[in-house]
Amino acid sequence: MKLKGWKELEIGAIIPEAGNAEQYNTGSWRASRPQWIEENCIQCLFCWIYCPDSSVTVKDSKRGEFDYGHCKGCGVCAHECPGKKGKKAIVMVEEGN
Amino acid sequence: MGKKLAITGNQALAEAMRQINPDVCAAYPITPSTEIMQRFASFVSDGVVDTELVTVESEHSAMSACIGASAAGGRVMTATSSQGLALMWEMLHIASGMRLPIAMTLVNRALSAPINIHGDHSDGMGSRDCGWIQLYSENAQEAYDNIFQAVRIAEHEDIRLPAMVCMDGFIISHSIESMEFLPDEVIRDFIGEFKPKYPLLDVDKPVTYGPLVLPDFYIEFKRAQHEAINKAKKVTLEVAREFEKISGRSYGLFEPYRLDDAEIAIVLLNSAAGTAKDVVDDFRNKGIRVGLLKPRLFRPFPYEEIAEALGDAKVICVFDRADSFGGFGPMYMEIASAMMAAGSSPLMVNKIYGLGGRDFMPEDAEAVIKEMTGILDTGKTGTLKEYIGVRE
Repeated sequence: MKLKGWKELEIGAIIPEAGNAEQYNTGSWRASRPQWIEENCIQCLFCWIYCPDSSVTVKDSKRGEFDYGHCKGCGVCAHECPGKKGKKAIVMVEEGN
Repeated sequence: MGKKLAITGNQALAEAMRQINPDVCAAYPITPSTEIMQRFASFVSDGVVDTELVTVESEHSAMSACIGASAAGGRVMTATSSQGLALMWEMLHIASGMRLPIAMTLVNRALSAPINIHGDHSDGMGSRDCGWIQLYSENAQEAYDNIFQAVRIAEHEDIRLPAMVCMDGFIISHSIESMEFLPDEVIRDFIGEFKPKYPLLDVDKPVTYGPLVLPDFYIEFKRAQHEAINKAKKVTLEVAREFEKISGRSYGLFEPYRLDDAEIAIVLLNSAAGTAKDVVDDFRNKGIRVGLLKPRLFRPFPYEEIAEALGDAKVICVFDRADSFGGFGPMYMEIASAMMAAGSSPLMVNKIYGLGGRDFMPEDAEAVIKEMTGILDTGKTGTLKEYIGVRE
Protein backbone atom coordinates (compact mmCIF):
# COMPACT_ATOMS: atom_id res chain seq x y z
CA MET A 1 0.00 0.00 0.00
CA LYS A 2 1.34 3.44 -0.95
CA LEU A 3 1.38 5.65 2.13
CA LYS A 4 -0.15 9.12 1.86
CA GLY A 5 2.11 12.15 1.49
CA TRP A 6 1.88 15.19 3.79
CA LYS A 7 -0.44 17.11 1.47
CA GLU A 8 -2.99 14.27 1.42
CA LEU A 9 -3.43 13.88 5.19
CA GLU A 10 -6.26 15.28 7.29
CA ILE A 11 -5.10 18.20 9.46
CA GLY A 12 -4.00 17.52 13.02
CA ALA A 13 -3.96 13.72 12.58
CA ILE A 14 -7.74 13.69 12.83
CA ILE A 15 -9.36 10.42 11.77
CA PRO A 16 -12.63 11.33 10.06
CA GLU A 17 -13.70 7.73 9.42
CA ALA A 18 -15.27 5.93 12.37
CA GLY A 19 -14.20 2.37 13.15
CA ASN A 20 -11.32 2.19 10.70
CA ALA A 21 -8.98 0.67 13.31
CA GLU A 22 -10.27 -2.63 11.87
CA GLN A 23 -8.22 -1.92 8.75
CA TYR A 24 -5.02 -1.74 10.79
CA ASN A 25 -3.61 -5.20 11.29
CA THR A 26 -2.13 -5.38 14.79
CA GLY A 27 -2.05 -9.17 15.11
CA SER A 28 1.60 -9.26 14.02
CA TRP A 29 2.62 -7.93 17.48
CA ARG A 30 1.64 -11.31 19.02
CA ALA A 31 4.27 -13.49 20.73
CA SER A 32 1.86 -16.29 21.62
CA ARG A 33 -1.55 -17.14 20.23
CA PRO A 34 -4.72 -18.34 21.95
CA GLN A 35 -5.98 -21.67 20.70
CA TRP A 36 -9.66 -22.52 21.01
CA ILE A 37 -10.49 -26.12 21.88
CA GLU A 38 -14.18 -26.37 21.03
CA GLU A 39 -14.88 -29.67 22.82
CA ASN A 40 -13.93 -28.03 26.18
CA CYS A 41 -15.99 -24.88 25.52
CA ILE A 42 -19.20 -24.26 27.53
CA GLN A 43 -20.06 -21.09 25.55
CA CYS A 44 -19.95 -18.88 28.65
CA LEU A 45 -18.48 -16.07 26.46
CA PHE A 46 -16.13 -14.91 29.24
CA CYS A 47 -13.43 -14.71 26.57
CA TRP A 48 -15.59 -12.34 24.52
CA ILE A 49 -16.31 -10.16 27.57
CA TYR A 50 -12.70 -9.99 28.75
CA CYS A 51 -10.95 -9.54 25.39
CA PRO A 52 -9.49 -5.98 25.52
CA ASP A 53 -9.66 -5.84 21.72
CA SER A 54 -12.62 -7.41 19.91
CA SER A 55 -10.81 -10.47 18.72
CA VAL A 56 -13.31 -13.13 19.83
CA THR A 57 -15.89 -13.44 17.10
CA VAL A 58 -19.46 -14.28 18.13
CA LYS A 59 -22.35 -15.27 15.94
CA ASP A 60 -25.87 -16.25 17.13
CA SER A 61 -24.67 -16.09 20.75
CA LYS A 62 -21.96 -18.70 20.08
CA ARG A 63 -18.30 -18.01 19.90
CA GLY A 64 -16.35 -18.72 16.72
CA GLU A 65 -12.68 -18.56 15.75
CA PHE A 66 -10.30 -15.86 17.00
CA ASP A 67 -9.68 -12.80 14.82
CA TYR A 68 -5.93 -13.31 14.53
CA GLY A 69 -5.59 -10.14 12.48
CA HIS A 70 -6.16 -8.13 15.66
CA CYS A 71 -5.49 -10.48 18.60
CA LYS A 72 -2.25 -9.36 20.29
CA GLY A 73 -1.91 -12.50 22.36
CA CYS A 74 -2.35 -10.94 25.80
CA GLY A 75 -3.71 -14.21 27.20
CA VAL A 76 -6.57 -12.70 29.22
CA CYS A 77 -9.09 -15.02 27.49
CA ALA A 78 -7.06 -18.13 28.37
CA HIS A 79 -6.71 -16.93 31.98
CA GLU A 80 -10.43 -16.29 32.40
CA CYS A 81 -11.63 -19.42 30.57
CA PRO A 82 -13.35 -21.77 33.10
CA GLY A 83 -13.22 -24.71 30.65
CA LYS A 84 -15.09 -27.95 31.17
CA LYS A 85 -14.29 -30.49 33.90
CA GLY A 86 -10.87 -28.94 34.60
CA LYS A 87 -9.89 -28.76 30.94
CA LYS A 88 -9.33 -25.26 29.46
CA ALA A 89 -11.08 -24.37 26.21
CA ILE A 90 -8.41 -21.74 25.49
CA VAL A 91 -4.68 -22.38 25.75
CA MET A 92 -1.78 -20.13 24.78
CA VAL A 93 0.68 -21.49 22.23
CA GLU A 94 3.96 -19.79 21.43
CA GLU A 95 3.98 -18.29 17.93
CA GLY A 96 6.20 -20.11 15.47
CA ASN A 97 5.61 -23.51 17.12
CA MET B 1 -15.77 55.69 14.11
CA GLY B 2 -15.63 54.03 17.50
CA LYS B 3 -15.58 55.69 20.88
CA LYS B 4 -12.39 56.82 22.56
CA LEU B 5 -11.75 55.97 26.18
CA ALA B 6 -8.91 56.11 28.69
CA ILE B 7 -8.47 52.51 29.76
CA THR B 8 -5.88 49.91 30.85
CA GLY B 9 -4.55 47.22 28.54
CA ASN B 10 -6.30 44.49 30.51
CA GLN B 11 -9.63 46.32 30.38
CA ALA B 12 -9.19 46.75 26.63
CA LEU B 13 -8.65 43.00 26.17
CA ALA B 14 -11.59 42.08 28.42
CA GLU B 15 -13.74 44.40 26.32
CA ALA B 16 -12.40 42.77 23.15
CA MET B 17 -13.36 39.35 24.52
CA ARG B 18 -16.85 40.63 25.29
CA GLN B 19 -17.15 41.75 21.68
CA ILE B 20 -15.83 38.43 20.38
CA ASN B 21 -18.28 36.56 22.65
CA PRO B 22 -16.49 33.18 22.47
CA ASP B 23 -18.35 29.92 23.08
CA VAL B 24 -15.99 28.73 25.82
CA CYS B 25 -13.32 30.30 28.03
CA ALA B 26 -11.32 28.18 30.43
CA ALA B 27 -8.85 30.13 32.53
CA TYR B 28 -6.94 30.33 35.78
CA PRO B 29 -5.95 33.68 37.30
CA ILE B 30 -2.35 34.87 37.25
CA THR B 31 -0.81 38.32 37.63
CA PRO B 32 -0.71 40.48 35.51
CA SER B 33 -3.40 38.96 33.26
CA THR B 34 -5.92 38.20 36.05
CA GLU B 35 -7.99 41.32 35.41
CA ILE B 36 -8.85 40.21 31.87
CA MET B 37 -10.67 37.10 33.03
CA GLN B 38 -11.98 38.78 36.20
CA ARG B 39 -13.75 41.41 34.09
CA PHE B 40 -14.80 38.84 31.54
CA ALA B 41 -16.27 36.69 34.32
CA SER B 42 -18.48 39.67 35.21
CA PHE B 43 -19.69 39.82 31.62
CA VAL B 44 -20.56 36.12 31.89
CA SER B 45 -22.46 36.50 35.17
CA ASP B 46 -24.22 39.64 33.91
CA GLY B 47 -25.39 37.72 30.86
CA VAL B 48 -23.87 40.10 28.33
CA VAL B 49 -21.99 37.22 26.67
CA ASP B 50 -23.09 33.66 25.92
CA THR B 51 -19.77 32.15 26.94
CA GLU B 52 -19.43 28.99 29.01
CA LEU B 53 -16.77 30.01 31.54
CA VAL B 54 -14.83 27.05 32.93
CA THR B 55 -12.96 27.82 36.14
CA VAL B 56 -10.24 25.24 36.53
CA GLU B 57 -7.57 24.29 39.06
CA SER B 58 -4.48 25.18 37.01
CA GLU B 59 -3.34 26.55 33.68
CA HIS B 60 -2.54 23.03 32.52
CA SER B 61 -6.23 22.25 33.01
CA ALA B 62 -7.24 25.58 31.48
CA MET B 63 -5.47 24.79 28.22
CA SER B 64 -6.70 21.17 28.36
CA ALA B 65 -10.30 22.39 28.67
CA CYS B 66 -9.72 24.87 25.83
CA ILE B 67 -8.43 22.03 23.65
CA GLY B 68 -11.47 19.88 24.42
CA ALA B 69 -13.89 22.75 23.78
CA SER B 70 -12.17 23.70 20.54
CA ALA B 71 -12.17 20.10 19.30
CA ALA B 72 -15.85 19.95 20.23
CA GLY B 73 -16.41 22.79 17.78
CA GLY B 74 -16.43 25.97 19.86
CA ARG B 75 -14.69 29.31 19.44
CA VAL B 76 -12.39 29.27 22.45
CA MET B 77 -10.28 31.87 24.28
CA THR B 78 -8.14 32.12 27.38
CA ALA B 79 -5.66 34.46 29.05
CA THR B 80 -2.47 33.87 30.99
CA SER B 81 1.02 35.09 31.94
CA SER B 82 4.45 33.75 32.88
CA GLN B 83 4.26 30.60 35.05
CA GLY B 84 0.74 30.04 33.79
CA LEU B 85 1.98 29.78 30.22
CA ALA B 86 4.89 27.65 31.40
CA LEU B 87 2.46 25.24 33.08
CA MET B 88 0.47 25.05 29.83
CA TRP B 89 3.58 24.09 27.88
CA GLU B 90 2.78 20.49 26.94
CA MET B 91 -0.81 21.42 26.12
CA LEU B 92 0.34 24.28 23.87
CA HIS B 93 1.92 21.70 21.57
CA ILE B 94 -1.25 19.61 21.62
CA ALA B 95 -3.41 22.61 20.66
CA SER B 96 -1.19 23.39 17.67
CA GLY B 97 -0.59 19.75 16.71
CA MET B 98 -4.35 19.11 16.66
CA ARG B 99 -4.72 22.32 14.61
CA LEU B 100 -7.17 23.95 17.01
CA PRO B 101 -7.64 27.72 16.48
CA ILE B 102 -7.70 28.80 20.13
CA ALA B 103 -7.00 32.51 20.76
CA MET B 104 -5.08 33.53 23.86
CA THR B 105 -4.01 36.82 25.37
CA LEU B 106 -0.56 36.57 26.90
CA VAL B 107 0.30 39.41 29.25
CA ASN B 108 4.08 39.11 29.20
CA ARG B 109 5.73 38.57 32.58
CA ALA B 110 9.12 37.33 33.77
CA LEU B 111 9.60 33.68 34.68
CA SER B 112 10.71 32.50 38.13
CA ALA B 113 13.19 32.17 39.84
CA PRO B 114 13.55 34.59 41.49
CA ILE B 115 9.82 35.14 41.47
CA ASN B 116 8.83 38.41 39.83
CA ILE B 117 5.45 39.61 38.59
CA HIS B 118 6.59 42.31 36.16
CA GLY B 119 6.88 42.48 32.42
CA ASP B 120 9.49 40.82 30.26
CA HIS B 121 9.26 38.48 27.29
CA SER B 122 10.70 35.28 28.74
CA ASP B 123 7.26 33.63 28.80
CA GLY B 124 6.34 34.38 25.17
CA MET B 125 9.82 33.65 23.86
CA GLY B 126 9.89 30.43 25.88
CA SER B 127 6.80 29.24 24.01
CA ARG B 128 8.27 30.20 20.65
CA ASP B 129 8.58 26.57 19.49
CA CYS B 130 5.11 25.42 20.59
CA GLY B 131 3.53 25.92 17.16
CA TRP B 132 1.39 28.94 18.08
CA ILE B 133 1.09 32.05 15.97
CA GLN B 134 2.45 34.99 18.00
CA LEU B 135 1.49 38.63 17.57
CA TYR B 136 3.19 41.24 19.78
CA SER B 137 1.64 44.60 20.71
CA GLU B 138 3.23 47.93 21.63
CA ASN B 139 0.25 49.33 23.52
CA ALA B 140 -3.38 48.68 24.51
CA GLN B 141 -4.70 49.80 21.13
CA GLU B 142 -2.48 47.34 19.30
CA ALA B 143 -3.34 44.52 21.71
CA TYR B 144 -7.06 45.25 21.24
CA ASP B 145 -6.70 45.40 17.45
CA ASN B 146 -4.47 42.32 17.35
CA ILE B 147 -6.83 40.00 19.21
CA PHE B 148 -9.58 40.32 16.58
CA GLN B 149 -7.05 39.78 13.84
CA ALA B 150 -5.59 36.81 15.74
CA VAL B 151 -9.02 35.13 15.81
CA ARG B 152 -9.34 35.61 12.04
CA ILE B 153 -5.81 34.35 11.30
CA ALA B 154 -6.15 31.33 13.61
CA GLU B 155 -9.52 30.29 12.17
CA HIS B 156 -8.55 30.84 8.52
CA GLU B 157 -9.15 27.62 6.60
CA ASP B 158 -5.54 27.46 5.37
CA ILE B 159 -4.15 27.92 8.89
CA ARG B 160 -6.25 26.35 11.67
CA LEU B 161 -3.66 27.00 14.36
CA PRO B 162 -3.83 28.59 17.79
CA ALA B 163 -2.67 32.19 18.18
CA MET B 164 -1.50 34.29 21.09
CA VAL B 165 -1.50 38.07 21.36
CA CYS B 166 1.22 39.43 23.63
CA MET B 167 1.47 42.74 25.48
CA ASP B 168 3.78 43.90 28.27
CA GLY B 169 2.71 43.13 31.83
CA PHE B 170 2.00 46.21 34.00
CA ILE B 171 3.63 48.63 31.55
CA ILE B 172 0.61 48.12 29.26
CA SER B 173 -1.73 45.81 31.17
CA HIS B 174 -2.10 48.16 34.15
CA SER B 175 -1.37 51.60 32.65
CA ILE B 176 -4.20 53.81 31.47
CA GLU B 177 -3.99 55.20 27.96
CA SER B 178 -6.41 56.63 25.47
CA MET B 179 -7.59 54.23 22.79
CA GLU B 180 -10.41 53.71 20.33
CA PHE B 181 -12.99 50.96 20.55
CA LEU B 182 -14.85 49.65 17.54
CA PRO B 183 -18.64 49.18 17.65
CA ASP B 184 -19.90 45.69 18.62
CA GLU B 185 -21.63 45.07 15.29
CA VAL B 186 -18.50 46.02 13.34
CA ILE B 187 -16.49 43.46 15.33
CA ARG B 188 -19.22 40.87 14.93
CA ASP B 189 -19.12 41.25 11.15
CA PHE B 190 -15.32 41.31 11.08
CA ILE B 191 -14.77 38.08 13.01
CA GLY B 192 -17.80 36.34 11.51
CA GLU B 193 -19.15 32.98 12.58
CA PHE B 194 -16.74 30.21 13.57
CA LYS B 195 -17.07 27.19 11.31
CA PRO B 196 -15.42 24.20 12.99
CA LYS B 197 -13.85 21.67 10.63
CA TYR B 198 -14.25 18.43 12.58
CA PRO B 199 -16.48 19.15 15.61
CA LEU B 200 -16.54 16.27 18.07
CA LEU B 201 -20.12 17.22 18.96
CA ASP B 202 -21.29 16.40 15.45
CA VAL B 203 -22.47 12.88 16.36
CA ASP B 204 -23.53 12.17 12.79
CA LYS B 205 -19.90 12.41 11.68
CA PRO B 206 -17.83 10.81 14.43
CA VAL B 207 -14.10 11.60 14.30
CA THR B 208 -11.04 10.70 16.35
CA TYR B 209 -8.73 13.38 17.79
CA GLY B 210 -5.30 12.52 19.14
CA PRO B 211 -4.47 9.07 17.73
CA LEU B 212 -1.05 7.49 18.11
CA VAL B 213 1.05 8.34 15.06
CA LEU B 214 4.23 6.34 14.61
CA PRO B 215 7.39 7.02 12.56
CA ASP B 216 5.56 6.11 9.33
CA PHE B 217 3.40 9.27 9.51
CA TYR B 218 4.48 11.65 12.32
CA ILE B 219 6.89 13.71 10.22
CA GLU B 220 4.25 14.14 7.48
CA PHE B 221 1.91 15.80 10.00
CA LYS B 222 4.72 18.10 11.19
CA ARG B 223 5.54 19.00 7.56
CA ALA B 224 1.89 19.98 7.06
CA GLN B 225 2.00 22.08 10.27
CA HIS B 226 5.12 23.87 9.01
CA GLU B 227 3.28 24.67 5.78
CA ALA B 228 0.21 25.96 7.62
CA ILE B 229 2.05 28.31 9.98
CA ASN B 230 4.12 29.75 7.15
CA LYS B 231 0.91 30.62 5.30
CA ALA B 232 0.02 32.80 8.29
CA LYS B 233 2.31 35.55 6.93
CA LYS B 234 0.13 36.06 3.87
CA VAL B 235 -3.09 35.69 5.86
CA THR B 236 -1.88 38.18 8.48
CA LEU B 237 -1.45 40.80 5.75
CA GLU B 238 -4.86 40.01 4.18
CA VAL B 239 -6.59 40.24 7.56
CA ALA B 240 -4.70 43.48 8.34
CA ARG B 241 -5.96 45.05 5.09
CA GLU B 242 -9.53 44.14 6.02
CA PHE B 243 -9.01 45.45 9.54
CA GLU B 244 -7.75 48.77 8.17
CA LYS B 245 -11.07 49.19 6.36
CA ILE B 246 -13.04 49.01 9.61
CA SER B 247 -10.57 50.84 11.86
CA GLY B 248 -8.42 53.12 9.73
CA ARG B 249 -5.39 51.60 11.48
CA SER B 250 -2.81 49.91 9.33
CA TYR B 251 -0.81 46.84 10.40
CA GLY B 252 1.94 44.84 8.74
CA LEU B 253 4.20 41.93 9.68
CA PHE B 254 6.32 44.50 11.56
CA GLU B 255 6.46 48.25 11.92
CA PRO B 256 9.36 50.11 10.27
CA TYR B 257 10.03 53.48 11.89
CA ARG B 258 12.26 55.91 9.94
CA LEU B 259 14.15 52.92 8.51
CA ASP B 260 14.54 54.23 4.95
CA ASP B 261 18.20 55.16 4.38
CA ALA B 262 19.03 54.25 8.01
CA GLU B 263 22.69 53.29 8.58
CA ILE B 264 21.96 52.24 12.15
CA ALA B 265 18.89 50.11 12.88
CA ILE B 266 17.56 49.08 16.24
CA VAL B 267 15.10 46.23 16.69
CA LEU B 268 12.76 46.48 19.65
CA LEU B 269 9.59 44.61 20.57
CA ASN B 270 6.45 45.83 22.36
CA SER B 271 6.24 48.85 24.69
CA ALA B 272 9.96 49.71 24.65
CA ALA B 273 9.65 50.43 20.91
CA GLY B 274 7.34 53.33 21.75
CA THR B 275 9.94 54.76 24.14
CA ALA B 276 12.71 54.43 21.56
CA LYS B 277 10.79 56.08 18.71
CA ASP B 278 11.13 59.50 20.42
CA VAL B 279 14.87 58.92 20.82
CA VAL B 280 15.16 57.95 17.14
CA ASP B 281 13.50 61.27 16.28
CA ASP B 282 16.05 63.17 18.43
CA PHE B 283 18.97 61.49 16.61
CA ARG B 284 17.37 62.05 13.21
CA ASN B 285 17.05 65.75 14.09
CA LYS B 286 20.81 65.76 14.67
CA GLY B 287 21.32 64.26 11.21
CA ILE B 288 22.18 60.74 12.39
CA ARG B 289 20.58 58.13 10.13
CA VAL B 290 18.98 55.78 12.65
CA GLY B 291 15.75 53.84 12.34
CA LEU B 292 13.74 51.32 14.30
CA LEU B 293 12.06 48.05 13.44
CA LYS B 294 9.35 46.74 15.74
CA PRO B 295 8.41 43.12 14.98
CA ARG B 296 4.71 42.29 15.22
CA LEU B 297 4.39 38.74 13.87
CA PHE B 298 7.06 36.70 15.68
CA ARG B 299 5.74 33.25 14.72
CA PRO B 300 5.87 32.69 11.82
CA PHE B 301 8.89 34.98 11.59
CA PRO B 302 8.98 37.07 8.39
CA TYR B 303 12.68 36.55 7.59
CA GLU B 304 12.75 37.80 3.98
CA GLU B 305 10.59 40.84 4.63
CA ILE B 306 12.58 41.90 7.70
CA ALA B 307 15.92 41.34 5.93
CA GLU B 308 14.70 43.58 3.13
CA ALA B 309 13.55 46.29 5.53
CA LEU B 310 16.91 46.21 7.36
CA GLY B 311 18.88 45.77 4.13
CA ASP B 312 20.68 49.11 4.06
CA ALA B 313 21.70 49.20 7.70
CA LYS B 314 25.42 48.86 8.40
CA VAL B 315 24.95 48.40 12.14
CA ILE B 316 22.02 46.62 13.76
CA CYS B 317 21.35 46.50 17.49
CA VAL B 318 18.80 43.88 18.50
CA PHE B 319 17.23 44.32 21.92
CA ASP B 320 15.92 41.31 23.79
CA ARG B 321 13.67 41.46 26.85
CA ALA B 322 14.38 37.76 27.42
CA ASP B 323 17.60 35.81 27.57
CA SER B 324 18.42 32.44 26.11
CA PHE B 325 21.11 31.71 28.68
CA GLY B 326 24.30 30.61 27.03
CA GLY B 327 23.07 31.86 23.66
CA PHE B 328 22.08 35.14 22.09
CA GLY B 329 18.66 36.61 22.87
CA PRO B 330 15.82 35.02 20.89
CA MET B 331 15.14 38.10 18.76
CA TYR B 332 18.84 38.48 17.91
CA MET B 333 18.97 34.90 16.67
CA GLU B 334 16.03 35.55 14.32
CA ILE B 335 17.39 38.83 12.97
CA ALA B 336 20.86 37.32 12.49
CA SER B 337 19.30 34.37 10.61
CA ALA B 338 17.28 36.75 8.45
CA MET B 339 20.33 38.83 7.49
CA MET B 340 22.57 35.79 6.94
CA ALA B 341 20.00 34.08 4.69
CA ALA B 342 19.60 37.28 2.67
CA GLY B 343 23.37 37.47 2.11
CA SER B 344 23.77 40.63 4.20
CA SER B 345 26.51 41.00 6.76
CA PRO B 346 25.82 44.07 8.87
CA LEU B 347 27.62 44.50 12.21
CA MET B 348 25.18 43.13 14.76
CA VAL B 349 25.06 43.43 18.52
CA ASN B 350 22.60 42.13 21.10
CA LYS B 351 21.44 44.04 24.18
CA ILE B 352 19.51 42.28 26.93
CA TYR B 353 17.32 44.82 28.75
CA GLY B 354 14.33 45.24 31.02
CA LEU B 355 14.23 41.77 32.59
CA GLY B 356 11.75 41.43 35.43
CA GLY B 357 10.14 44.75 34.52
CA ARG B 358 13.26 46.95 34.84
CA ASP B 359 12.29 50.23 33.18
CA PHE B 360 13.56 50.96 29.71
CA MET B 361 14.11 54.72 29.66
CA PRO B 362 14.83 57.09 26.75
CA GLU B 363 18.36 57.44 28.18
CA ASP B 364 18.89 53.71 27.70
CA ALA B 365 17.97 53.93 24.03
CA GLU B 366 20.11 57.06 23.70
CA ALA B 367 23.21 55.42 25.18
CA VAL B 368 22.87 52.40 22.90
CA ILE B 369 22.36 54.47 19.75
CA LYS B 370 25.46 56.51 20.69
CA GLU B 371 27.41 53.28 21.06
CA MET B 372 26.15 52.20 17.62
CA THR B 373 27.43 55.43 16.03
CA GLY B 374 30.86 54.49 17.43
CA ILE B 375 30.59 51.00 15.91
CA LEU B 376 29.59 52.58 12.59
CA ASP B 377 32.72 54.79 12.69
CA THR B 378 35.21 52.14 13.76
CA GLY B 379 33.68 49.05 12.15
CA LYS B 380 34.36 47.19 15.41
CA THR B 381 31.61 45.67 17.55
CA GLY B 382 33.35 44.67 20.78
CA THR B 383 31.25 42.37 23.00
CA LEU B 384 28.36 41.07 20.93
CA LYS B 385 25.92 40.29 23.72
CA GLU B 386 25.63 42.53 26.74
CA TYR B 387 23.15 43.40 29.47
CA ILE B 388 22.16 47.07 29.73
CA GLY B 389 20.57 48.95 32.64
CA VAL B 390 22.19 46.59 35.12
CA ARG B 391 24.19 47.60 38.21
CA GLU B 392 27.84 46.56 38.36
